[in-house]
Amino acid sequence: MDQGIGRPTVAVWKFASCDGCQLSLLSAEDELLSIAEEVHIAYFLEATREVVEGPYDLSLVEGSISTPDDAERIRHVRDISTTLITIGACATAGGIQALRNFGDLDAFRSLVYARPEVVASLADSTAIAEHVPVDLALRGCPIETDQLVEVISAVLAGRKPLTPTHSVCVECKLRGNLCVAVADGTPCLGPVTQAGCGARCPAFARGCYGCFGPTESPNPASLSDWLEEGLGVDHPELLRLYRTFNADAPAFRTESRRHEEVAP
Amino acid sequence: MAGPQHVGAAILAVDELDPLIVALRDDGYRVVGPTVRDGAIVHADLESAADLPRGWTDEQGPGTYRARPTDGDARFSYAVGPSSPKRELFPPRQRLWTATSDSDASFQVVEEARESPRIAFLGLRGCELAAIRIQDRVFLRGSYQDEVYAANRSDTLLIAVECGSPAGTCFCASMGTGPRVDDGADLILTELLDGDPRFLVRVGSDAGAALLERLAYRDATAADLDAREQVVTAAAERMGRTLDVDGLPDLLMDNLDHPRWDAVADRCLACANCTLVCPTCFCSTIEDTTDLRGQTAHRDRRWDSCFGLEFSHATPASIRTSTKARYRQWMTHKLATWVEQFGTSGCVGCGRCITWCPVGIDITEEAAAIRRASDPTSADLPVPPTGARR
Ligand code: SF4
Ligand code: SF4
Ligand code: SF4
Ligand code: SF4
Ligand code: SF4
Repeated sequence: MDQGIGRPTVAVWKFASCDGCQLSLLSAEDELLSIAEEVHIAYFLEATREVVEGPYDLSLVEGSISTPDDAERIRHVRDISTTLITIGACATAGGIQALRNFGDLDAFRSLVYARPEVVASLADSTAIAEHVPVDLALRGCPIETDQLVEVISAVLAGRKPLTPTHSVCVECKLRGNLCVAVADGTPCLGPVTQAGCGARCPAFARGCYGCFGPTESPNPASLSDWLEEGLGVDHPELLRLYRTFNADAPAFRTESRRHEEVAP
Repeated sequence: MAGPQHVGAAILAVDELDPLIVALRDDGYRVVGPTVRDGAIVHADLESAADLPRGWTDEQGPGTYRARPTDGDARFSYAVGPSSPKRELFPPRQRLWTATSDSDASFQVVEEARESPRIAFLGLRGCELAAIRIQDRVFLRGSYQDEVYAANRSDTLLIAVECGSPAGTCFCASMGTGPRVDDGADLILTELLDGDPRFLVRVGSDAGAALLERLAYRDATAADLDAREQVVTAAAERMGRTLDVDGLPDLLMDNLDHPRWDAVADRCLACANCTLVCPTCFCSTIEDTTDLRGQTAHRDRRWDSCFGLEFSHATPASIRTSTKARYRQWMTHKLATWVEQFGTSGCVGCGRCITWCPVGIDITEEAAAIRRASDPTSADLPVPPTGARR
């Protein structure tokens, strides 16, 4: 991992994104100094203008591939990185901007831009892993600072990071939250959403929005059937439930499409 | 537990609940009992009898729970909620050890110190006492003693209150664990609501007898004993569910390829809620972490579930990749292989897994469906639930 005798070099890259995940790194106040001591932050435009030439030991990639330019650049990033970790829903699933994958790009483009012909954009916003091999994906919109620190600690120690792929419900029960779905009839995507947030929304008596994307073995069709038959949630609402930050994650995409077909 | 020394059945006035809680707290116990929190009746630390869910009850069904106030005055008119004594005795996360290093050459491992908290559980139902007996068997009476559980269990006092209001998901009567409680607790109370509200108390240990002696009680009459009989008989008749346990282990193990497993897997979310709320499930995983500087490492243990993919990871991959295999593991462990392993069923009939399943999967209905389909005298075919698809 070390380049010669130095600390491992880390680069933080931005593609189509809101910068929220990079900010999660900057807001790791307690750990940021330790991180800076243990690794050499060689490329992180959000934090510093100092740029050290690659290659890099570790690249953290935020954002989705949205333009032909992005698609070129990510291949270069992969080439100059030993380990590549995607951070956040944009990078791992295409992000909220992947909602355009369900619509007509030209129609959006002519509505939004004064001179649509100069906007070079791909038809779909896609996850990094659809373009280059990814070593580890850190989910969330935005990512959890604790998980990022855990992953960096694991990379430094050469061990497996602790990023469970089971449901949010597991964290909810560990934490001792009351289940909002069962005890209140609130639609909750926790049973089909990957853990990582510590069941934050149910802890505040709200249903999970699915910002960590699908679990290791998701079954959203069954959850939707229950929400529809038991709680009276209709198809347009079910469609919207799955179409947020991880709309283009395969399990959520398939499920929202199913409600598109039956929606009036 | 040692047998009762002297006291027969006694009667405590409702007003004596507070002195009971105060006496326990004076003795240094945390008193963990029922209270209303965030709209549910849960186990939590009680400071006085005012914390009890007076005038509250609950309604439960597959995938649904609602607590609501009533006109009544009862303190224990509810069925078990989402939490159970498992949370105290086998906590969700337990630190095992910490290793520290200040040079590359050496490190020190410091085991987590184990304390034995004094916990008095108040309001335990028959099913919960049975679940504690099962976890005692699992953690304390196998080849190895679990240190964490042993420490948490070593200074506990169990005060039962027999169940007078089973939920729509309860089936303890089928499992022979409730609602009637005759042993396994230091004190056994029954809330009597006919005439003057009062508690019948039976003593189950010397510690229970000593505690009762510190309270103002009178001897129970034959009428009090009758009233108690009516409470538990009525409760047994109001079980929301039943489970036919006759030959159940063999029935399930002989039907491992039954189509019903596919039907339930279509509905199951593999979310693990059922195992985590189950008061007897004991599985855990080990989590090792290091800090950024590589100077501190922790080994922790946390609740795990056979519904997770990692749970069945045996190099090179998980051996239970399908939800069908995982649901079947859960149900056959609870109702069949547990008997082989520990000599009793792994299910006490508390109904938590039914209530807290986000899609209302019902272990009693799944077992009944397999029984129906395997019974040559039954015309029923397994009926897949509506709307199931994958
Ligand atoms: S994943 Fe969410 S928070 Fe992170 S960059 Fe994308 S939109 Fe922002
Ligand atoms: S509140 Fe949501 S995340 Fe929590 S247990 Fe219930 S369904 Fe799962
Ligand atoms: S299997 Fe279900 S009903 Fe049986 S003890 Fe566990 S949670 Fe209770
Ligand atoms: S049912 Fe599953 S989680 Fe529960 S004790 Fe058995 S293997 Fe463990
Ligand atoms: S049976 Fe219910 S609670 Fe258990 S894993 Fe399946 S969906 Fe979750």
